[in-house]
Amino acid sequence: MSMNAQGRPSRPLHAHDAGAYQDTFSGSRGLDQAEPLIFERGRVDVTGVDLPDPTGAPSRIGGLERKAEIGLPGLAEPETMRHYVRLSRKNYAIDLGLYPLGSCTMKHNPRLNEKMARLPGFGDIHPLQPQSTVQGALELIGELAHWLMVLTNTPCVAMSPKAGAHGELCGMMAIRAALDARGETGRRRVLVPESAHGTNPATAVQCGFFCDEIPADTTGRVDMEAFKAKLGPDVAAIMLTNPNTCGLFERDIKEIADLIHEAGGYFYCDGANFNAIVGRVRPGDLGIDAMHINLHKTFSTPHGGGGPGSGPTVFSQALAPFVPVPFVVREGETWHLVEHEHEAEGQPFGRMVAFHGQMGMFTRALSYMMSHGSDGLRQAAEDAVLNANYVLARLRHVMTAAFDGTCMHEALFDDRFLKGTGVSTLDFAKAMIDEGYHPMTMYFPLVVHGAMLIEPTETESKASLDRFCDTLEGLALAAKAGEAERFTAAPRHAPAKRLDETRAARSPVLRWSPPAQTPQAAE
Amino acid sequence: MRYLPLTPEDRKDMLETIGAPSVDALFADVPEAARLKGPVDLPRRATELEVERAFTAMAGRNLSASTAPFFVGAGAYKHHVPATVDHLIQRSEFLTSYTPYQPEISQGTLQTLFEFQTQVALLTGTDVANASMYDGSTACAEAVLMACRITKRQRAVLSGNLHPHYAEATRTLAKYMDIEIEAAAPVPGGLDAVSDALTDDVACVVVQNPDVFGQVHDLRPLAEAAHAKGALLIAVFTEVVSLGLIESPGAMGADIVVGEGQSLGVGLQFGGPYVGLFACRDDRNFIRNLPGRLAGETVDADGRRGFVLTLSTREQHIRRDKATSNICTNSGLMALAFTIHMTLLGETGLRTLARLNHERACEMADRLAALPGVEVLNSAFFNEITVRLPKPAAGVVEALAAKGILAGVPASRLFPKGGLDDLLMLAATETTTQADLDALEAGLKEVL
Repeated sequence: MSMNAQGRPSRPLHAHDAGAYQDTFSGSRGLDQAEPLIFERGRVDVTGVDLPDPTGAPSRIGGLERKAEIGLPGLAEPETMRHYVRLSRKNYAIDLGLYPLGSCTMKHNPRLNEKMARLPGFGDIHPLQPQSTVQGALELIGELAHWLMVLTNTPCVAMSPKAGAHGELCGMMAIRAALDARGETGRRRVLVPESAHGTNPATAVQCGFFCDEIPADTTGRVDMEAFKAKLGPDVAAIMLTNPNTCGLFERDIKEIADLIHEAGGYFYCDGANFNAIVGRVRPGDLGIDAMHINLHKTFSTPHGGGGPGSGPTVFSQALAPFVPVPFVVREGETWHLVEHEHEAEGQPFGRMVAFHGQMGMFTRALSYMMSHGSDGLRQAAEDAVLNANYVLARLRHVMTAAFDGTCMHEALFDDRFLKGTGVSTLDFAKAMIDEGYHPMTMYFPLVVHGAMLIEPTETESKASLDRFCDTLEGLALAAKAGEAERFTAAPRHAPAKRLDETRAARSPVLRWSPPAQTPQAAE
Repeated sequence: MRYLPLTPEDRKDMLETIGAPSVDALFADVPEAARLKGPVDLPRRATELEVERAFTAMAGRNLSASTAPFFVGAGAYKHHVPATVDHLIQRSEFLTSYTPYQPEISQGTLQTLFEFQTQVALLTGTDVANASMYDGSTACAEAVLMACRITKRQRAVLSGNLHPHYAEATRTLAKYMDIEIEAAAPVPGGLDAVSDALTDDVACVVVQNPDVFGQVHDLRPLAEAAHAKGALLIAVFTEVVSLGLIESPGAMGADIVVGEGQSLGVGLQFGGPYVGLFACRDDRNFIRNLPGRLAGETVDADGRRGFVLTLSTREQHIRRDKATSNICTNSGLMALAFTIHMTLLGETGLRTLARLNHERACEMADRLAALPGVEVLNSAFFNEITVRLPKPAAGVVEALAAKGILAGVPASRLFPKGGLDDLLMLAATETTTQADLDALEAGLKEVL
């Protein structure tokens, strides 16, 4: 398992190398330009920065100077600009079009938020400056915490978790700490619906719990009889997403909360789908004990090609004493950051991360929240739900809706409409790329076969949704008309054709290595 | 509302298509008692100008690094970031894209992650790196869990000179995993007794270099001692620029190298988002046990080179309760910023930058050592030092802050019970000017 172990040169494959692909000499396709790796075009003696000359004084690092060449190439500034701009053009993005990924909540990212995060008073301050010199930053954390507590009707929030899954860990660790404080060492079973995000079971295990799956009923919700049958003295908690991953509100949520509490367990709510109910339903009123909030989803901080996220976690009174450090408290006119466990009044379960969490995401989220206000946030949730139901209503005659009735902020279809067409869910998704759309979430949730989960969000106009629905309708009809080739050959108009993921996993090439037996790459 | 495109007429038409009498009908599954009748008690919407004013007022109550003589380090460093970096990471196609699950339309992100992984592997002197973690502290904690999985041992030994926040994050993550964490006592400016705790049941030894007090160590003896007991050496760094001058942790025998990448491209940002770097040697067992995402090379249907996320069978969305970690999100955008800054520097620029950082720190050390009653504790350092003052450092730092000088971190802030009250930790970088050093020197003379 080595990088380029087969001696395959990690160089751009030119047209004449590529067998079937011969339509240009450069390997480019018009504006889609072939772009080598920096290791293939940069040189270790080139730099794109101007720095003053060092004085040449001897170093005082204990004789541990690096001797061999590192092998890091540099590019001049214009080359760097061109390289990354060219690469950027090979990405789909929310600023380019509808991004209907269910459960991921790809909504408009206002640039005002970027501007606010970059104010020197926020972007250029150090996490260990004296607290007297960062009062505005601590106030901002306190203000955002206030908004989150009001919107969820909870008394406490941990701000430091760095992503949704980190927030889950925070919530489940508080539950474990509370159980330990009660001396309940036998409660280790966590109930997790089969439709849960994969992070839920992974998180439970990291807290020393084991998972017990609850099946869904025919309406796509927790099977209440199965749930009740699983309650017992060894149950630590239930981890439930609401609205759930089928895009549905768990109607029995209050009964679930009551029953888990009666059984001596806690209620962890996965808040990934909070955006559907912000301003209309407060999770605290539903009986939750902990819930993380994905600031990047609900309050629109950019996803950045995979992160950063931010996952503040709200707590009920029962779990509040166990919230980790650090947290801010207000003392009269000044803000104070509690950094150490022994300074806290409660029994914090520890510290999850260096420093105070994703400050840059806090600024963006608060800017977004203030821009909407209480009225706008409520409207945003309503429009998200309206848009999803519109897509469901427009497409259910050509695609198969997984469940009857209305949905929340995402519409779930399955692959029954593709039966006998020779087109898989994956093929259908890849054909959407050729139509100029990012595919929806596929094969999740696992409770329906060939799932297609569409989340348009509130920032799509009716015209945009109509174009999207027309396109999907066209694709569905084409599949049923026997045009399988259109799908199995897709994408045909993307920067890359279908990529061989099996090969990548079987013989992993995880980094560039110099071509074997070639002292210098020819450029 | 400027972010919501639907008009009242649209909403009416859409409800008609749906066949619902009102938006309320769409929320029919919500229990009646839980439905809010009106808006919650928060301010109503604000215009763009109003938001800007509110934020500018809050930002104005902070003393930003670039407006003060600045010597704060201890895990986050002030460096100059080229304008090109911030421009490029704000390209819509990078900023507003998602995790590259659809590789055909995510080649931009995937190729940059592949470049990032290669740069990190080269810098750390290891073979492979992942596509980033939340930050250095969580990378450190995940490395300990990974070492336990690999060695099938449940005990980890932490250096006392490891950044306390990293040690705390590691303790927290290991807390309920039946992993025993042992830590040596801190020895500012020296070598702690971490190797004394090495026994046959230890999964890994975790050591920071340069350590939290700024002291630089030769990791080779510790690597040999750890390997002799069948344990892994995890090397941690908080200042990635140091790798431009100091021998790489991989070359000194570390098996897993983790650290903070904030110094390149990211900026201070009051603690986050940062970018965790995670690298290790090329070993099937290591790679199978890596946490986080990996970008890998492959070909498309035309035989053209392309990149995909790979080895996802380790990850939670496939493996659920048997995943290597619950991590789903990485620091994609910060990894991009890191890679662009590293590409602009190149090897030549990085070595020069590292040299400049070191020279500024040497000058700072000399000037502080010349002050009466001040003792520099480090014999070998990169851009950070620890000094003993004739009085408690916390008060000195506050007094200097009142004069507009951000003079460093009192050791007592990180080690509140360590008996280190007289110690002050200071960092200098390429941004430190003669005027900054003059101000620090003059300020200390007045306050001490």
